[in-house]
Amino acid sequence: MNKFKKITSSSMFLPLFALGILLLFNIVFVNDFLAISMENGHLYGRLIDILSRSSSLIILSLGMTFVIATSGIDISVGAVVAISAAICCMLIGGRGDGIPEHPMILAMLAGIGIGVICGIWNGLLVSKIKIQPVVATLILMVAGRGIAQLLTQGQIITVYYKPFSYIGANIPGSILPTPIFIAALMVLLVILILKKTSLGLFIQSVGINPTASRYAGINVVLIIFLVYAFSGFCAGVSGLIESSLIRAADANNAGLNMEMDAILAVALGGTLLSGGKFYIGGSIIGAITIQTLTTTMYAIGVSSDQLPVVKAITVIILCLVQSKKFQTVFNSWKNKRQSQKVVDRT
Amino acid sequence: MGDTILKMRHIDKIFPGVKALSNVDFNLQSGEVHSIMGENGAEKSTLIKVLTGVYPRNNGTVTLYDKEIFPKTPKEAQTLGISTVYQEVNLCPNLSVAENIFIGREPRKFGFIDWRQINKRSQELLHTFNIDIDVTKTLDNFPVAIQQMIAIARAVEIDAKILILDEPTSSLDEEETKRLFTIIRELKKRNMGIIFISHFLEQIYELCDRITILRNGELVGEYITTELPKVELVAKMVGKDLDSVKEFDKAAAKSIPSDQLFLEANNINCIGKLNQMDLTIHKGEVIGLAGLLGSGRTETAEILFGINQINKGELKIHSDKVQLSNPMKAMQKKIAFCPEDRKLQGIIGDLSVRDNIILALQAKEGMFRHIPYQKQVMLADDCINLLKIKVSDREQLIKNLSGGNQQKVIIARWLITEPELLILDEPTRGIDVGTKSEIQKMAVTLAKTKGMSVVFISSEMDEMIRTCTKLIILRDHKKVAEIENEEISSENIMKAIAGGEN
Amino acid sequence: MNIRSRLSTAIASQYFPFFVTVSLFIILYIAGIMNYRGFTHAQVFYNLFIDNAPLIIVTVGVTFTLLIGGIDLSVGSVVALVCMSLAYLLKNTSIPVFAAVPLVLLIGIAVGFIQGYLITMFDMQPFIITLAGMFFCRGLTAVISRNTIIIDNPAYAALASERIRIFDTGFISVGAIVAIIVLILATIFLKYTKTGRTIFAIGGSESSASLMGLPVFKTKILVYIISGFCSALAGIVYSWIMLSGYTLHGLGMEMDAIASSVIGGTLLTGGVGFMPGTLFGVLIQGIILTFITFQGTLSAWWTKIVVGALLCVFIIMQALITEHKNKLSSSSSIKSDK
Repeated sequence: MNKFKKITSSSMFLPLFALGILLLFNIVFVNDFLAISMENGHLYGRLIDILSRSSSLIILSLGMTFVIATSGIDISVGAVVAISAAICCMLIGGRGDGIPEHPMILAMLAGIGIGVICGIWNGLLVSKIKIQPVVATLILMVAGRGIAQLLTQGQIITVYYKPFSYIGANIPGSILPTPIFIAALMVLLVILILKKTSLGLFIQSVGINPTASRYAGINVVLIIFLVYAFSGFCAGVSGLIESSLIRAADANNAGLNMEMDAILAVALGGTLLSGGKFYIGGSIIGAITIQTLTTTMYAIGVSSDQLPVVKAITVIILCLVQSKKFQTVFNSWKNKRQSQKVVDRT
Repeated sequence: MGDTILKMRHIDKIFPGVKALSNVDFNLQSGEVHSIMGENGAEKSTLIKVLTGVYPRNNGTVTLYDKEIFPKTPKEAQTLGISTVYQEVNLCPNLSVAENIFIGREPRKFGFIDWRQINKRSQELLHTFNIDIDVTKTLDNFPVAIQQMIAIARAVEIDAKILILDEPTSSLDEEETKRLFTIIRELKKRNMGIIFISHFLEQIYELCDRITILRNGELVGEYITTELPKVELVAKMVGKDLDSVKEFDKAAAKSIPSDQLFLEANNINCIGKLNQMDLTIHKGEVIGLAGLLGSGRTETAEILFGINQINKGELKIHSDKVQLSNPMKAMQKKIAFCPEDRKLQGIIGDLSVRDNIILALQAKEGMFRHIPYQKQVMLADDCINLLKIKVSDREQLIKNLSGGNQQKVIIARWLITEPELLILDEPTRGIDVGTKSEIQKMAVTLAKTKGMSVVFISSEMDEMIRTCTKLIILRDHKKVAEIENEEISSENIMKAIAGGEN
Repeated sequence: MNIRSRLSTAIASQYFPFFVTVSLFIILYIAGIMNYRGFTHAQVFYNLFIDNAPLIIVTVGVTFTLLIGGIDLSVGSVVALVCMSLAYLLKNTSIPVFAAVPLVLLIGIAVGFIQGYLITMFDMQPFIITLAGMFFCRGLTAVISRNTIIIDNPAYAALASERIRIFDTGFISVGAIVAIIVLILATIFLKYTKTGRTIFAIGGSESSASLMGLPVFKTKILVYIISGFCSALAGIVYSWIMLSGYTLHGLGMEMDAIASSVIGGTLLTGGVGFMPGTLFGVLIQGIILTFITFQGTLSAWWTKIVVGALLCVFIIMQALITEHKNKLSSSSSIKSDK
């Protein structure tokens, strides 16, 4: 019994449990769910697909986890993804003959760079000018898509340069799709940061008690600034994958509603929205779970515009479970029922 | 003085594991100002919270006008006629002064709020207190003193029978306090019963008719102010008779400061916090900053730690001029600071004891010089053993420790940064007696054996007398006296704090 | 009083942001008149109301939630859900118009109540809950129908195209009149009723409001109900313009509404706001769009960028005003006040 409690109270339990149920559902109801085949030197299969599709969400949730751990939030990531995609595609250019106007590496760096700049902007507003995170990132959320449209002049820039499509699909000769490698690289980077620097400790400390952190000599302003800059960086990388997937920059739809998915992934992963302790592993599993949910829903015939209903219900249930007040209400209700039972027996 | 309007009898309040109040009686008459006094930990705030419905009582009776009452929330207490005005004003800063007085009971005309009448009536009400301000302006336009008086005016408007003033004067200047007292005396004339809580002895003696003294959650007695000399009051609060208080004065084995200067402050000034002060701290010296709450002692400490910046004067450390513009700068100059509010400024509640201990050292080392886990464990274990911190293991969350052990963790956090100056702001507040004396001893030992300079701030005079070789007395953000060695006695300190009178 | 202290008082005044907004609107309008001849027509002014009637109503609702320090992101989706439900009811059932309209208004009230209850009862972040609400309603709209449903009920269409002339200078729509009535009612409600004042008190300090004996719990839920109701009403007005139900109706409207409210002087931390100000917030957005239309060469995305920039300026202005006020109450003592 105790062991069971220990397992269920672990931070990874909820996301893994949810993922498990979804996978089980898929294995039972979806044909060939587990099948993985080899074609032209690439691996194909639904599992690979889910992993590949969830990559950009995983990357976004890495940044979002840090932001939420400092008890902030970044709702501009979706718009930043669009800006990054726009810059990257614009620099490569939409020439029909497939010749890039600028080297692709430059375009990619510019896409990531603009993400970092957006992150820096958010960071400055939150840490220096001390505007509430929701409000500060709201500005870029509103203006961001406008900026992306401005960059693309309202057009959808389609890129015909072949290597660009490798980012979202497979590099010739590689077995797995590139997004999985990019996501793995980003996860590795985060793990390295957490192991080799004390940023993780400082972020948690700032999220739990900013005043005490300041009194302990931590540069709170810098830490908060950094997490938003990093979130912008992640959004920039995501933008590359998203644009490469459709080989185009669509200012209106690139990264649409991804901020919601990223927040959901982090919450599902066990990090409290009020900040403090964070769980990178949980967030990653959370992101994969959400992508699995999306794929599953598509498989049973829910359309993409109906899907939000399911996600919204998931968010509310998650928030309810996390809510302290709900726990107390629930516990007192449980106690009452138990004592009722005792009374009934006697 | 009139009839007894409030009777509290045999009040017990039990918190899980602790009996906070046991068998306490309290009486309040109409038209009197009655003070409840006691040291930190006397549980006077618990008694007030039982009265105002924040906590339910476990035992005993509370009768108001001979009717037993059971307030469950401050709101209920208010409807019964018990109003409280706190130090941090519980009004809405965005509403107008008039509205803050009347909200919830606005006069109406044809079902709509009659603003003209609200403004007129509040103007009149405040005028009886000699406050003539534009009542249509929002509350946040006015200083705290006025806000407090407006809160009192609201209590009067809702026809309170009993008014509790909890530390109302701690952020007021002399002039403002005087005006507040005029108002309180006016309320007394109107037969209101007033409970006045304050750290300022002179104010108690100036204003209050009677004093109820509590110690460790028990009633010491109820006294008429004019019949109780100040020294006796202090003795009753501390719980020792006068002779033993004197004995403390001649404490043995203090640290003897060296001639080497660690820090020198010339004429430092910080607007609204500290007024032109000189200060020297020698190596191995334990120096005390004494004064009442809000006198500038914490403010001085915060300047030394770079939390507040000086706008005039200069600071020298080891004879080099320094600019302490943030805590990190101070830490690099080997200054450490255990802040006053442990919960808000000290602990990171959801982190482990180990994390809490290494936090400052890690901040000092910088983000990229991560202390290896093995070394963290070693440091934490050393501290836990050395300071005898009671934990189940080093990974226990600090929020689950007792106050005394939390304080030890915070001190450990700073000791491992190997400071040359350790500032302890109220290190013994709200912790058990055993740990208290441990911390006092530690302060002296550190100065003696390691040559560390210690700045010690405490509301408890005993502590300062026992540990310090020099005391700086502060009043109204100014240094008013410096007492050294043999001259350090409670009598002299009291005199200096009181300003030479009495 | 010298100029400096006068200025200081002016900035601290609760109506300062309102004056800034109105001045900005007037400046923009004058700039419009100077650049484009078309701006001199009164109808251009009336069109601002006709085109933005749904946004005005939504903004009124959102302002209520901002005043208590909350937020409501679900408003745009509720507009879509209401349009779609109405279209569906009129098309596929025999429910008459006068019954269908109250029915869809109930949807808004229900959404508002559920959100308000969850937020208040379980101390959940309004941002997260209403974001979920936004997704839920948008998704539900798609569940009803993924395709556009045209509203072709003749009585309904007649009401929608009804125009009221104003002294031969031009005309306005029924929707615009509804919007103005809602705005006036909200202004009176906030200033002259107990509940209205409680809303401000909660925004100023929830704990103080509770200690003062005000019904915090009930009022907070009511605020979200009002917001839901306003969105539903806006949905009906929106359907008069669109005469259809579609999943993407009112997309991004929540952001426009929040931006309008902020530009109109509502403090996002709660407790400060003035309804007529929010009207000008909407009108400023409308006028920018008019500019872009008159210019002809500018593209629509400039609206988003300009609104974002304005939002930024006003938010920073708010931060500065708050700081200014903190200084006022901490530094001045009684003596300097006299």
